[in-house]
Amino acid sequence: MIILLMYIAIFVAAMIGYKLIAARMQPEHDFTSLKTVTFGDESAVVSNRSASIISVVTIFLIWGSFTGSNLIPSFLHMPGPFVGETSFDFEATDSTGKTDDGTVSIVVHTVDDPKDAPEVEEDTTGIADNVAVKMAAWRSALISSNDLLNKDLGTDVKVTSVNGEPVDAGDIVNIGTGTLRVTDKGSLSFEPNKGWQMEEIWLPAPESVVSRLIEISQEGYQNVTLAENLGWSLYRVLLGFILGSLVGIPLGYAMGLNSWFRGWFDPIVEFMRPVPPLALIPLVIIWFGIWETGKISLLFLAALWIMTIAARAGVSGVGISKVHAAYSLGASKWQLLTKVIVPNSLPEIFTGARVAMGVCWGTVVAAELVAAEKGAGKMIIAASKFQNTDIVLMGIILIGIIGYSIDILMRQAENYLIPWKGKG
Amino acid sequence: MSGLKIDDVSMRFDLPDGGSVQALKNVSLDIKEGELMSVLGPSGCGKTTLLNIVAGFLAPTEGAVILNNHRVTGPAPERGMVFQKGALFEWMSVRKNVSFGPDMKGMPKSESNQIVEHLLDVVGLQDFKDKAVYELSGGMQQRVALARCLANDPDVILMDEPLGALDALTREKMQGLVLKLWKETGKTIILITHSVEEALLLGERLIVMAPRPGRIHKEYRLPFAEMGVGQDLREVKKQKDYGPTREEILTMIWNMEEEIMGRQESAA
Ligand SMILES: Nc1ncnc2c1ncn2[C@@H]1O[C@H](COP(=O)(O)OP(=O)(O)O)[C@@H](O)[C@H]1O
Ligand SMILES: [Mg+2]
Repeated sequence: MIILLMYIAIFVAAMIGYKLIAARMQPEHDFTSLKTVTFGDESAVVSNRSASIISVVTIFLIWGSFTGSNLIPSFLHMPGPFVGETSFDFEATDSTGKTDDGTVSIVVHTVDDPKDAPEVEEDTTGIADNVAVKMAAWRSALISSNDLLNKDLGTDVKVTSVNGEPVDAGDIVNIGTGTLRVTDKGSLSFEPNKGWQMEEIWLPAPESVVSRLIEISQEGYQNVTLAENLGWSLYRVLLGFILGSLVGIPLGYAMGLNSWFRGWFDPIVEFMRPVPPLALIPLVIIWFGIWETGKISLLFLAALWIMTIAARAGVSGVGISKVHAAYSLGASKWQLLTKVIVPNSLPEIFTGARVAMGVCWGTVVAAELVAAEKGAGKMIIAASKFQNTDIVLMGIILIGIIGYSIDILMRQAENYLIPWKGKG
Repeated sequence: MSGLKIDDVSMRFDLPDGGSVQALKNVSLDIKEGELMSVLGPSGCGKTTLLNIVAGFLAPTEGAVILNNHRVTGPAPERGMVFQKGALFEWMSVRKNVSFGPDMKGMPKSESNQIVEHLLDVVGLQDFKDKAVYELSGGMQQRVALARCLANDPDVILMDEPLGALDALTREKMQGLVLKLWKETGKTIILITHSVEEALLLGERLIVMAPRPGRIHKEYRLPFAEMGVGQDLREVKKQKDYGPTREEILTMIWNMEEEIMGRQESAA
């Protein structure tokens, strides 16, 4: 919640800051900047590059500051958890009203750097003892009443005040470096201040994700190299997509060119289209098993309907005057198909292919989460079982980057292969 | 007999609601080889339907179209078509578009190249032959469409409002080009237009059609096309017969439109 507010504050501050800076710079006189009507004119809204850069930097800053990253200056860090030595005094009382003082000394250390418990003076006289405790940051420590009190020396001995403040069972006392809770049984539970930073197993710092990336790309994870994991996922996507296209595109053409095909397959295609591929995983597992055949079948199905519909739309989209023109120029049916209908449908097919690749990439990761020996999804699900959050995060980032790269590659291929797109 | 004969053609479209539209009724025309005929009429009078029947895209419900003594049953390269727009293949260069017809026939490259080069010269697109068609202006695209049609050396050229999407200046230039091509190639041309001026300038013979049912209303023989060959079309428009004929036809079509409106109003 606070993170969200901070994020909004940074967004607003960056926007105002940018406006102020931009206003001071040389005014531009390109076409867009001279438009007076910009609000509502969609073409005047272009993605502001500075905003994109600041946005990405902001995410890294927030990530870094909440994880105490070394990559960003320490004044940007959120307050970390309490680490170091602390102590508090307490007073015990027995049923006769006899009282005694004791001290609890606590060392709070980081998980990576364990410390010994502090030295304390033995205090065997009286009903209260001195106690030494060591504990890790972000954890809580239960200080048993048996350690705090000498119950043999009185009846009904209990802790009655902490740092001079009277307490009862269930009370919570703040001792500056953390909070103490008095349990029902009279023990004390100490929880040092957690600060604002996130623990490594919730959210690892950027540098530990990077170092994991380097480590895993060199040594692999669970005897499978990173390249192998990603390669397998990509291989499955490509194979499923190619098979889906090999069946889907001719099927789409047939549906676009022949009423019987259209009528026969329309109900099937229209029914299968809204079924998300993930919903097919259980059925595919039952039919084809959980290993390669199952996954390839799933991706095949994911790509099939998209490519079928794209090819069908591509054929239906051919203008009747182009068909008439081709026949008038002496084209045969086959020539019409290869010289007019196929090229005319390529833009639609490419759009379909881009969608299909995106869907397949998402589906393969999900399918690998369910079962796989190798693959990007398998890597992150295995890491999550061992709470290797850094590997999970690394995997997610890589999956995102690869998905994005696939889309960019497809778009560039599109610009190169079908420059006439949208210009008919 | 060579030439094109439209023999008592009628066309009725059955509508999904059970009714029907009589798009053409008993249309008969004899068109001589090398004749330039323009067809004019209010919209919905069946001009496009008639042209589509001649092209072979539609089979008439009655009657027949006969070209060079054989009956038209479907599209064929002997009847070339120039559409208003959107019929060029945008995945091909200008040159590829023009050579489409010869390529379909399997004509050897060397031979088709000669034809293409010549036609690109004729329509004035030599400098644009390797451009993509979507990079050209509307007028240039129609030049490509004309060249593509001529590359097949058809007997008849059918044009359905070929200049309808162009601006006035480009249109005037293209009218000159059509006349030049007609004279140079000696092709039979049927040109549909909704512009009275264009019909006057680009028709040795001008057919005015009337709607509901679509039929031939009146026919003119005009000297302006012949005069326009190699002459500024604006000079032709100064001819003394030009103005009165234009007024007469305009009034005729105006009255037809009025009648359609009136009929619709009384029906409503
Ligand atoms: N495929 C069709 N189905 C039903 N009616 C049609 C069809 N094509 C044309 N028509 C009708 O035939 C008449 C003539 O149309 P058309 O030849 O396009 O006229 P024009 O080209 O002269 O404007 C119109 O009334 C039109 O509604
Ligand atoms: Mg029409």
